Amino acid sequence: MFSFCTDPSILPDWQWFACYLTNATHLQFYRAFGVVIVLLAITAPAALGMGLLGALALRSRIWPLNWLGQGYVNIVRGVPDIVFFLFVPIALGQGIEWVMHQIHCPDWDQPIRQGNDFIVCREAKVPPVNAPAWVRDIYAFGMAVTAFALVFGAFVANTLYGAMQAVPKAQIETAEAYGMTRRQAFRRIVLPQMWVYALPGLSNIWQILIKATPLLFLLGIQDIVYWARELGGQKTSLFAYPHPDWRMWYFLGLLCFYLFLTWASERAFARLNTRLSRGQATAAGERMRKAAAA
Amino acid sequence: MRSCAESFSEYALRALGRDYGANLLPRGLDITLCDQLFLIGGGLIWNVYFACLALVIGFGLAVVVAVARFSENPFLSRPAGAFIFIFRGSPLFIQFFFFYSAFVLLPRAGIDIPLGFLTLTVNTSALTTAQVGGVIVLVLNTTAYSAELFVGALRAIPKGDLEAADAYGMSGFTKFRRVVFPSMLRLAWPSYTNEAIFLTHSTTLVFLSAFPARQQSGEAFYYARYFVDQTFNPFVAYPIVAAYFILLTLAIIGLFGLANRRLNRHLPKVQRPRLRFRPTYIR
Repeated sequence: MFSFCTDPSILPDWQWFACYLTNATHLQFYRAFGVVIVLLAITAPAALGMGLLGALALRSRIWPLNWLGQGYVNIVRGVPDIVFFLFVPIALGQGIEWVMHQIHCPDWDQPIRQGNDFIVCREAKVPPVNAPAWVRDIYAFGMAVTAFALVFGAFVANTLYGAMQAVPKAQIETAEAYGMTRRQAFRRIVLPQMWVYALPGLSNIWQILIKATPLLFLLGIQDIVYWARELGGQKTSLFAYPHPDWRMWYFLGLLCFYLFLTWASERAFARLNTRLSRGQATAAGERMRKAAAA
Repeated sequence: MRSCAESFSEYALRALGRDYGANLLPRGLDITLCDQLFLIGGGLIWNVYFACLALVIGFGLAVVVAVARFSENPFLSRPAGAFIFIFRGSPLFIQFFFFYSAFVLLPRAGIDIPLGFLTLTVNTSALTTAQVGGVIVLVLNTTAYSAELFVGALRAIPKGDLEAADAYGMSGFTKFRRVVFPSMLRLAWPSYTNEAIFLTHSTTLVFLSAFPARQQSGEAFYYARYFVDQTFNPFVAYPIVAAYFILLTLAIIGLFGLANRRLNRHLPKVQRPRLRFRPTYIR
C-alpha cells in the first residue's frame, strides 16, 4: 500500500501498523464489512416482501391460503432461528438439485440418497460442476439471503398483520361507504396508513436482523467473523507481520461496528417515525398538528 | 445395527462426557434414528443447564442494574445504561467470540486477587470452558435484556401504589421489597417469559461459536449439526432438534405461567394479564 512497506520488520511502530492494516488480507477483511451491508440491503426488502405476502395470506379469506400463512408464521417463530439458518440452505440446495435431476436425467436408475451421500447426475449439479469460484460465492450468498428472508419474513408478516388490523376500522368503513371495493379500500386506505403502526415492530426486527448477520459465518461464507479469526490468530515469524494472539482486539472492533450500526439505525428510525406520524390519527400525529397550529 | 435400547444406554447421557456412554459418537452409515433421537435429547441437558444458570444469576443482576438505571443519580444510571446498550446492541454471537478470546489470553495458572485477610485464586482455565465462560457471557447478555424490561416495568408502576407505600410510612428497602419489587415483577413478567424463551433458544449458540466442546459433549444443536455433517441429510436431525425446542418452550411457558398466576393472585380474574407465546428473537 505504502512505499515504505517493503520490509516491515525494520519499521517503527506507527509505520508497521500502517502497513499491517492495509495489507492484502486486511483489505479483504474490510470488504467483508461491505458484504454485511450488502446482505442487510438485500435481505431487508426481501423480508419485507415475504412479510407482506405472509400478512396478506394471514388476512386472506380463502382458507388454504390462510392456513399456509398461519403455518409459515408460527413454525418459523416457534423454533430457534439458527436451526432455520442452517436448515434452509442445505434443504433448498438439495431440493433444487433434485428438481434439476428430475428434469435433466429422467432415466437415472440409481437412488439419489445412497447411504450418506446425495448423488445427482452431473448435469443436475447447481452451480454447474465447472462454474468459476465467483459463481459459487454468489450462489452461497444467495442461499444465505433466502434463509434470512424466509426467517425474517415470518416476523415481518406478523408485525404487518398486526399493523393492518390497527388501522382504524372507521376509515375502512368510510371508504366502503364511498363505494370502494374491499381491494380498493385496502390499497388506498390500509396500505398507506399501516406503516406508522408497523414501524416500532419493524425497527425491532431490523435490529434483530443486524444482530443476526454474523451467523453468515456458520454458512461458510468468508464474512467479518471469519476474517477476524483468521487475522487475529497468532502469527509466527514466518509471516510478514508476526504478532501474538490479537483475536480479542479484532472482535472488539466487530463489537464496536455492530454497536454503531444499531445506534445509527435507532436514530434513523426515530426520524422516520416522526416523518410517518405527520397527519396520522395517532397521539404523535395529533401532537405535531397542535405544535404546527400554535 | 444397534437396537434402540443399545443406543439409549450408549448415547442418552453421552452429552455429559465419555464416562457416561460410548467412547465415540456414531459415524457415517452406522447412524440410526434412535441414535439421533437420544443423543440430541441428551444434549438438552446442557441447554437446560445454560438456561437455568444464566436466568437465575441474570435475574438477580438484572434487578440491580435496572434499579441503578432507574435511579436519578447519574453515577449509577449512566454506567447501567452503557452496560445495557453494549450488551443489547451487539450480537451474542460476537460476544461469545470476544469473551472467549479474552479469556484465552488470561494467564493459565490463575489470577490471585488479594482481599487482605485471604487471597482469592480465580481459576482462569475454567473460564475457557463453555460450562463456565459460556455461562458468564449468557449471564451478562440476559442481564442487559432483562434489565431493560425491568426498567420499563419500574417506569410503569402505578403512582398510587408508591403513594400508598409512602402513606404507610414505608421507605428505602422496605418500600422496595414490599411494593416496588412485586409490582415491577408483575408488570415485567409476560415479557420476561419471552426473554427466558429467547435465552433458551440462544443457548444453541454456545458451542457454535468459539467455546470448544470437550470430549464431544455438547448441547442438542451441536449434535444435530454433527449428524447433518455426517449424513448430509438435514431432514431428520434438524426437525428432531426443532421438536425438542418446541417442547422446551412449552415447558417454559407452563412454568412461567404458574409463576404469573401467583404474582397476580390478588387481582380479579378478568384483569390478570395473560402470557402470550411470542418466541424467537436473535441476540
